[in-house]
Amino acid sequence: MMTFHVLWTVALFAIFIAIVIWAWSSKRKKQFDEAARLPLEDDVEKLERKDG
Amino acid sequence: MTSADVYNNQVVKQFAVMTVVWGIVGMLVGVFIAAQMAWPALNFDIPWLTFGRLRPLHTNAVIFAFGGSALFATSYHVVQRTCGVRLISDKLAAFTFWGWQLIIVSAAITLPLGITTSKEYAELEWPIDLLITVVWVVYAIVFFGTIAIRKIPHIYVANWFFGGFILTVAVLHVVNSAALPVSLWKSYSVFSGVQDAMVQWWYGHNAVGFFLTAGFLGIMYYFIPKQAERPVYSYRLSVVHFWALAFTYIWAGPHHLHYTALPDWAQSLGMVFSLILLAPSWGGMINGIMTLSGAWEKLRTDPILKFLIVSVSFYGMSTFEGPMMSIKTVNALSHYTDWTIGHVHSGALGWVGFISIGAMYYLIPRLFNRELYSLKLVETHFWIATVGIVLYITAMWISGIMQGLMWRAVNPDGTLTYSFVESVQAMHPYYVVRFVGGLLYLSGMLIMAYNIARTIAGHAPVRSVAAHPA
Repeated sequence: MMTFHVLWTVALFAIFIAIVIWAWSSKRKKQFDEAARLPLEDDVEKLERKDG
Repeated sequence: MTSADVYNNQVVKQFAVMTVVWGIVGMLVGVFIAAQMAWPALNFDIPWLTFGRLRPLHTNAVIFAFGGSALFATSYHVVQRTCGVRLISDKLAAFTFWGWQLIIVSAAITLPLGITTSKEYAELEWPIDLLITVVWVVYAIVFFGTIAIRKIPHIYVANWFFGGFILTVAVLHVVNSAALPVSLWKSYSVFSGVQDAMVQWWYGHNAVGFFLTAGFLGIMYYFIPKQAERPVYSYRLSVVHFWALAFTYIWAGPHHLHYTALPDWAQSLGMVFSLILLAPSWGGMINGIMTLSGAWEKLRTDPILKFLIVSVSFYGMSTFEGPMMSIKTVNALSHYTDWTIGHVHSGALGWVGFISIGAMYYLIPRLFNRELYSLKLVETHFWIATVGIVLYITAMWISGIMQGLMWRAVNPDGTLTYSFVESVQAMHPYYVVRFVGGLLYLSGMLIMAYNIARTIAGHAPVRSVAAHPA
């Protein structure tokens, strides 16, 4: 049980580090910039104008 | 086509209005019990009005009725807008509204009657706990169901925070409320002794971490960009902010049990994780505040933005104070004193209260398609409430540290320097100041209620539908 707890903790830590590296990778930059604009472009009126 | 045709605004409107209503009720009870602390005769020798019964009513009302309604309103609003779809089910959404109101009313009846599990922030007895579980599961179905049918592929970060809040609160509530009923209104926890204490504070601190923090961070990540008309400062930081909180918050609970029967290693673990929490908390605070970078002048003229940004500053303050108080040697002074109450209220009045108020001032005029009645009254509300918080927390700091010092003072022969009642007497003036602070904060809410009522009753639409022909 003890070994399991140790491995679990280490695994979670590794996952967290992986998330940080993933988030900071330059490949995400463009996608994240678009995502950050989501709340600013969600008004129905604006969505409509974009469609039409 | 208007937003009302696309989105379910009805349930958001209902929760938004009830946020203001329950805010006033919960804070009124708070001000009343603050007055009782200063003038104990105010319990009038009526059992239902005693501090022990009204205190859980106050905490439940402000956290679950006021805060809860704000979270339901904003999460339903945000998930629809950022997913580009209507809520998956109007009926289920309506069920969560009426179910939640029923829970609040049951709490308001049972708690003054003295019906309580005596678990802090989980006082409600088992029949109400079951109802909470049902409503919460339906809430999860509505929220995650809406995400499942989204039209926009990316799940915006605010929804991650709302989702994390809904999921974690479900787990916390079910585990901590596990109890054996012995009658309709009495049950006993399935845990006992120190295990019960640890489960309780695993629940209690994560109620702070996920109900009062993650949920309201969801509000921050949507409404600050919205009101400032700028995207969040760093999106990648917001992603790491979410996961860092998710990975660390869950461990911090033991800091509520320093110097108790809880094993020492668990106490130290709780302290270490509480200290680590400073990093994601301040990362998030910087992210929220820096969203205004390049548009700081808006803070001067926009009182709604003032509410939102000052709220995040209080988030920063209380998430610095919290880790500091979790250090065992500091805790030896602060625990069981008014310092804790001051800390909680800097988070509750400053962070949770202000972000909710800001979001409601943004939301309600738009939902009802009305121009806000008076921006000037928002400004007045902001300053009255801010002065109220400052009075409240400084009074509690002084009172708390003084209490802690008086309790630990010993004479050269080893006897206590002060009797307990001497420390109570010394606290009296600060209790009066705290009452005044609370009264100011409540007055601000009354101004808000007036402003909102005039807004809804008003006749000036916020924008004409025909202004943007398709």
